Amino acid sequence: MVEEEGIRRYVAHIILWIGIAIVAFPVYIAIIASTQDNAAIANGQMSLLPGGHFFETYYQTLFVGTSGSTREPVLNMMLNSLIMAMMIAVGKIAISIISAYGIVYFRFPFRMPIFWIIFITLMLPVEVRIYPTYKIVADLHLLDSYAGLSLPLIASATATLLFRQFFMTVPDELLEASRIDGAGPFRFFWDTLLPLSRTNMAALFVILFILGWNQYLWPLLITTRDDMQTIQVGIRKMITTTDALTEWPVVMATALLAMLPPIFVVVAMQKLFVRGLVETEK
Amino acid sequence: MANVTLRNVRKTYPGGFEAIKGVNVDVGDGQFCVLVGPSGCGKSTLLRMVAGLETISSGEIDIGGRIVNQIEPADRDIAMVFQNYALYPHMSVYNNMAYGLRNRGMAEAEVKTRVEEAARVLELAPMLERKPRQLSGGQRQRVAMGRAIVRQPKVFLFDEPLSNLDAKLRIAMRVEIRKLQRRLNTTSIYVTHDQLEAMTLADILVVMNGGQVEQIGNPLDIYQKPATTFVASFIGAPPMNLMPLGSDELKSQIAGPDGAGILGIRPEDFVLSSETVSGGVALDLTVEAIEHVGAETFVYGSRQRAEQGVAANPGELPPGEVIVRVPGATGPAIGERIRALAPRDKLHLFTADGRKRVG
Repeated sequence: MVEEEGIRRYVAHIILWIGIAIVAFPVYIAIIASTQDNAAIANGQMSLLPGGHFFETYYQTLFVGTSGSTREPVLNMMLNSLIMAMMIAVGKIAISIISAYGIVYFRFPFRMPIFWIIFITLMLPVEVRIYPTYKIVADLHLLDSYAGLSLPLIASATATLLFRQFFMTVPDELLEASRIDGAGPFRFFWDTLLPLSRTNMAALFVILFILGWNQYLWPLLITTRDDMQTIQVGIRKMITTTDALTEWPVVMATALLAMLPPIFVVVAMQKLFVRGLVETEK
Repeated sequence: MANVTLRNVRKTYPGGFEAIKGVNVDVGDGQFCVLVGPSGCGKSTLLRMVAGLETISSGEIDIGGRIVNQIEPADRDIAMVFQNYALYPHMSVYNNMAYGLRNRGMAEAEVKTRVEEAARVLELAPMLERKPRQLSGGQRQRVAMGRAIVRQPKVFLFDEPLSNLDAKLRIAMRVEIRKLQRRLNTTSIYVTHDQLEAMTLADILVVMNGGQVEQIGNPLDIYQKPATTFVASFIGAPPMNLMPLGSDELKSQIAGPDGAGILGIRPEDFVLSSETVSGGVALDLTVEAIEHVGAETFVYGSRQRAEQGVAANPGELPPGEVIVRVPGATGPAIGERIRALAPRDKLHLFTADGRKRVG
C-alpha cells in the first residue's frame, strides 16, 4: 500500500474501530452481564463494568443449572452438543468421502443416476423432510439418543460433491502408480487419497462441526428428556420462564459457553488451513 | 530379465475407435526399445497396455514367457516412469521409493538396503527425507526412476519421462537413463514423440503412426532406409525433403525403378556446387531463409519455376521448398540463386502413396 497522508489514515482507522465496537459491544455486554447480580439486570441498572459474581454465576451455570424451568447443568448440555456435533461432522466426512471415492473411481451400473440422486438431496434440507425423518427415527426407537440426534443429519450431498470435485483434480497417474506399486483400492484410498484430502477434511470439519453445534429444530423435536438436551435448545428454554424471573447472568454465561467450542475448533483448525494453502501442490 | 513380445495386439475403445490396429513387436532381453510417433499415434496406449493400465482387445502380450493379458499391473513385474512423475506428494522421497516394496511385504531391512542403493546410484542420498515439492524437476525425475529401480523389475516402462524438463536437463537425463539401463541391463520400453531422443536411446526403434507400426529396426537403418515417406519425414531433423516425381523427364533422369512416385533427399545429402552429377539430382534454388545453428547452417530454398523464365534443368522438379544443410557457419545470402546436388546413392524413392520404398 502506498502510504496515506496523516489525516486520511486516521479517518480510516476511526471507521474501522467503530466497526469493531459495533460487532464487539454485544459480546462485551454478555460478558459483563454474566458477572452481574440478576436483580441489577432486571431493574435495568446494569453497570458496564464487571460485577463480582463471576465465579458464582459460572459455577451455577456449569454444574447446577437455572433454579427455574430447566434444572439441567450446562456442562451436561455442552457435552450433549459436543457429542452430537462431533458425530455429525465426523460421520458426514466419513460417509461423503467414501461415497465420493465410489463415484469417482469405480465404474458400476447406474453410477450417474446415483450421483444425481445424491445431488438432488442438496435441495432437501432437514426442515423440509422433517416429518418423514421424525417418523423413521421414532419407529427405530431412537428418540432421546445420540444416534437419533446425529444419524439423520449425517448424509451430506454437499460434502460428497466437494470430495468428488477434489478427487477429480487428483492426477490419474497417481492411481496408476499405486496400481503398479501393488496398492489395491483400499490401500490407494487409505495411503494416498486420505492424506491428500487432509486439508479438505479439516475445512469441512470446521464447517460441519459448527453446523452440527448450532442445530436447533431437530434436537428440539426429538429430545424430551432434560439430560439429552443440547445447549442451543437449553438457552431457549432458560429465557422463556413462565412464573419466575429470567436468570440473565446464567443465560449470558451459557451463551458465552456455547460460543467456546466453535471458536476452539476454528482456531485449532486454522493452522491446518494455512498449511494447506501453502502446500497445495499435488 | 525378460523378453517382451507383442503378438497382433489390438485396442478398440467401446465407441468403436481402433487405437491400436494390430502391432507385432519383439523386444529382446536387456534391449532398449523406443516407441516413437506423433501425438495420437497410439504409442502411449500401447505402453499402457504392456503395463496393464489398459485392457487388451485382442492379441497377446508376453513378458518373460508369460502371457500377461489377464494379469494385474502389480503382478506383471514391471515398473513405470510417468511423464508427470506421479510421485506421492505427501510421502518423503524415501517413502516414495519404499512404498511399492512395502506393499509387497518386503522386510524393512531389505527395503532400506534397496532404497539406499538406488539413492546412491541416482545421487539422491541427501534428499531422502524431503517431500517431492521440495525437489527440482530433474530431482523428481530421478525419484521416479528410483521408484522403478528399487523394484528390480523385469521390464522398465517409460512414458515420455523427459518432456517436462528443460532442454539442457533433458539431454543430461537422456544420457543418464541410457547409462543406467546399460548397467542394470533391464529390458526397457520407452515412449517419446521426440525423434532425437528416440534415435539416441534405442536399440530397437518402433515408428508408429495411426495405431500401426510403420517400421521397426535399428535406428540407423531406419534413418538410412526409411520404409515409408512417413518414417522418412518423421525421423531426422530437419525432415527429409520429399518431392513428387511429376514429370516423366525426371523419372528417366533419375533412372529409378518402376513405381517410384516420390523422391526424398535428406538436407545433409546435398552439396552446393555449380557442376552437374550424372545419375544424381540437381536442384536450382532461390534462397528464401537461412538458419544459423553454429556448427551447421540450414538453407531454405524454393525451386525455380519454368514460368519464371528460367530454362528447365535436367533435375527440374515440381515447385516447392527444399531444405539444404551446409556445414559450418557460412552459407549463401538470402535471394541468392544456388544449385544443390545430391548423388544417386543418397536418393530415396517411394511409391506415389508413400507407403512403400522402392529404391
